[in-house]
Amino acid sequence: MNLPLFKFGYFNDEVSLIVAFIIGIAFGFVLERGGFGSGRQLAAQFYFTDMRVFKVMFTAITFAMIGVFYLSWMGFLDLSLVYISDTYILPQAVGGLILGVGFVVGGYCPGTSGVAIATGKIDAMFYGVGGFFGIFIFGEMFPWIEDFFNSTHMGRITLPEYFGIDYGIVLFLVILMAIAGFTGADWGEKIMAKKKLAKAKES
Amino acid sequence: MFKFKDWFHHHHHDNVREGELTPYHYTNPYLIGLLLGVVLLATFVIMGRGLGASGALSTVVAVGVNAVSPETAKGNDFFLGYLGNGETNPFKNWLVFQVLGVIVGGFISGAIAGRARFIVSKGPRISNNKRFMFAFIGGTLMGFGAKMARGCTSGQGLTGGALLSLGGWAFMMATFAGAYAFAYFMRRQWT
Repeated sequence: MNLPLFKFGYFNDEVSLIVAFIIGIAFGFVLERGGFGSGRQLAAQFYFTDMRVFKVMFTAITFAMIGVFYLSWMGFLDLSLVYISDTYILPQAVGGLILGVGFVVGGYCPGTSGVAIATGKIDAMFYGVGGFFGIFIFGEMFPWIEDFFNSTHMGRITLPEYFGIDYGIVLFLVILMAIAGFTGADWGEKIMAKKKLAKAKES
Repeated sequence: MFKFKDWFHHHHHDNVREGELTPYHYTNPYLIGLLLGVVLLATFVIMGRGLGASGALSTVVAVGVNAVSPETAKGNDFFLGYLGNGETNPFKNWLVFQVLGVIVGGFISGAIAGRARFIVSKGPRISNNKRFMFAFIGGTLMGFGAKMARGCTSGQGLTGGALLSLGGWAFMMATFAGAYAFAYFMRRQWT
């Protein structure tokens, strides 16, 4: 088997757009079904009352990570043909911080806001307009932030390459981290639920 | 006894949000994570790339700027990057079609579950107008941050995370750090 299919010329650019639309439908359906179309549901992650953002993200990451590893180890998938965007460590960390603050202030991230708008969340529509505005500001400011934006360029680099550890070991560590994270998340939810119950009994 | 039906209609009474009561509850997060993982892996093996979101918004902004003031767009490497070579329509873009799909897929799921209706998602202690203001500010920060990071929770977090990209993991940790650090100041909006 020659994977990725597109890179081996199994279908052309036009067909890839149809594939994009179908994949998008699946992506959006799963996000909404998971509760990611509600800002309050998403924000609950940051108050430890419902950790589904973490659970969903890390289950997905772990599954896809193992799948990619297994398929390339079996010789079905050429991992070098899968696009991994270059690392620019500082702008990515700073951008992540800003986006994180935006997440808890606005209630969504870009993808989830699309699902929220589609299901009629009026607040998400304001968020979407803000998103366009933020990108516009970034574009207008680009000449001044271009140097920082292009700084600390490290190329296409993965955790195993950066730390000089075997891919399989990194995989194993991520799985361990995910399991520890899931256990911690379930535990945190229980504590918050008990707190809520105690508060309700008081009043 | 394990019943698939119970798992899919995950009962989560503690967290059913006020004003967002739904006939069907959200699905178990681990099952959703697994399904999302399948979608992500399928994208890797079919397309040789991952999922995204913010890139499509940039295309819309760049086309908008170009329509209002072509000189501004032509003199700006950032906007120019989303306008293509001028021969093909900038909207004939993989991410644009994927995001259109996300909107359709989200609507289908919401409609099936009886969740597709106009409401404001917020905590009980904040007014609608304040919520709208925070949503706009948060969206602005998100747009700016996603461009600075060269991607968002989908492109850098999910995709970069699963491919073990160094930048993707740095981004993800910074995102959670930023959100948790600021959560205290936003507690009146959500709790």
